[in-house]
Amino acid sequence: MSACGRERAEPANDLHVLPLAGGWGAGAPLLRVEGLCKNYGDRVGCADVSFDLHAGEVLAVVGESGSGKSTLLQLLATRLALDAGRMHYQITGRGLVDLKLLSEADRRWLMRTDWGYVEQNPRDGLRMNVSAGANVGERLMAVGARHYGEIRRTAKDWLQRVEMDPARLDELPTGFSGGMQQRLQIARNLVTRPRLVFMDEPTAGLDVSVQARLLDLLRELVTDLGLAAVIVTHDLAVARLLAHRILVMREGRVVETGLTDQVLDDPQHPYTQLLVSSVLQV
Amino acid sequence: MNGLPGYNFAYLDEQTKRMIRRALLKAVAIPGYQVPFGSREMPLPYGWGTGGIQVTASILGRKDVLKVIDQGSDDTTNAVNIRRFFNRTADVATTDRTEEATIIQTRHRIPEKPLNENQILVFQVPLPEPMTRLEPHEAVTRKLHALADYGLMHVKLYEDIARYGHIATTYDYPVLVNGRYLMAPSPIPKFDNPKLHMSPALQLFGAGREKRVYAIPPWTRVESLDFEDHPFSIQRWQQVCALCDADDSFLDEVVLDGGGRMFVCSDSDYCRTRQAAGHTGTENTPMEVSA
Repeated sequence: MSACGRERAEPANDLHVLPLAGGWGAGAPLLRVEGLCKNYGDRVGCADVSFDLHAGEVLAVVGESGSGKSTLLQLLATRLALDAGRMHYQITGRGLVDLKLLSEADRRWLMRTDWGYVEQNPRDGLRMNVSAGANVGERLMAVGARHYGEIRRTAKDWLQRVEMDPARLDELPTGFSGGMQQRLQIARNLVTRPRLVFMDEPTAGLDVSVQARLLDLLRELVTDLGLAAVIVTHDLAVARLLAHRILVMREGRVVETGLTDQVLDDPQHPYTQLLVSSVLQV
Repeated sequence: MNGLPGYNFAYLDEQTKRMIRRALLKAVAIPGYQVPFGSREMPLPYGWGTGGIQVTASILGRKDVLKVIDQGSDDTTNAVNIRRFFNRTADVATTDRTEEATIIQTRHRIPEKPLNENQILVFQVPLPEPMTRLEPHEAVTRKLHALADYGLMHVKLYEDIARYGHIATTYDYPVLVNGRYLMAPSPIPKFDNPKLHMSPALQLFGAGREKRVYAIPPWTRVESLDFEDHPFSIQRWQQVCALCDADDSFLDEVVLDGGGRMFVCSDSDYCRTRQAAGHTGTENTPMEVSA
């Protein structure tokens, strides 16, 4: 059955159609996505995307502009409504839950505790008119923290963890550089210790040396906290550095998936081959 | 006597009053929830208390005794004009004594004298939405209310402490009504916030420009937001009232002609009552009690 009214693309390898493995037990994934579709009028945003994401796993979504990467990310983060398909998420104590059946209150709770969303432009993800400390503390206060001293202490800790000067706790993010704003945004998302983080081009718009440090930091945090992440990027180097698995998209469809090294070193699909070969070598 | 010839009792027509009363009933049923209503053009500009006047007009009966205060005082421009408005359009009795009034319309204060079950307090509200400065989209704030998602308000308080060392909000201090809805108490000083809590009087709030009414029914819990390590506290003064020696009322600082300053009660009725009872401050001689 193809809910999109289009033919299902030939799966590139077995990771595309993971078997259900006899019930959703201990080996169950954190996030299970089946047949996601989203059309914008006649145009395809995202067609028939399926994958499983396990705890602690980092998945990179790569592809050229307009290939549906960001649409996919927004569908996953329930910011866009699905046209077809199902998403299940492993909620602590409740097992795999269909996200569509979750009440809005529950979904918001999930988004500000168990999930994070790092925007491409940090100005979209930060509150620019309140201090760095308030930005980091917002999620804590949203889930009921009511002790100023502790919120502040936690915020300070997190600034240190993202390699920012804790003395800048009371400054407005408007005075920070792009790289620092991005760090602050990451701290703000991770403060509730989420299990799943969505990132939309987290290093785009930063100069190369800042990018490298940020990637380093992200890799460290992801391993330390055991985060699962879905990272949308057009930069194959980012995928290579951070991701365990990779999903190559083109015109809304997944054309190839597999382990990062496997896909990047031995691309099978002609489009992936083109993508890999078009990376500038310095 | 019906008031002004050619006009209905208390200016508004009966259908409008009925519509506002329906909104008020809903507001009382859901304490702290902002109920939209069809606010009418009033013969005075927005910002002068059109919301409060419409609420007062809809609940006013012929036997009611009306008191109007502005910043605690009965004789400021706003209060005088609104009192005269109802005097002319409804021909109701008016008073400046808190205990005699059945309806008290107020801007910026709650009377010092405790209210009773037979009284209704009507507030004039400029901005009914407490989160409007932090989240300008009303569609979003309504959703935040629906989901009781009030972390945003604490971000504001956090920011106050981070910047000033204490919660610097001194008026329109946000409260949680009946453990559920976040509410702007209108620009009363935070000094008056404790009076909202478990008040025996019905408290109605009208915002004319923003077209919202809301209410605190009698005997309802009203808590001011705070942090565990920065608890809510009210203003205190080193001084006492220079006219009546009161040390428990909200004081206004008055700059005198000679360049000096004095502190006096903002609630004029409270101050006058105390003076009549023989209390004197530093700035006056014992009151010659007039007839």
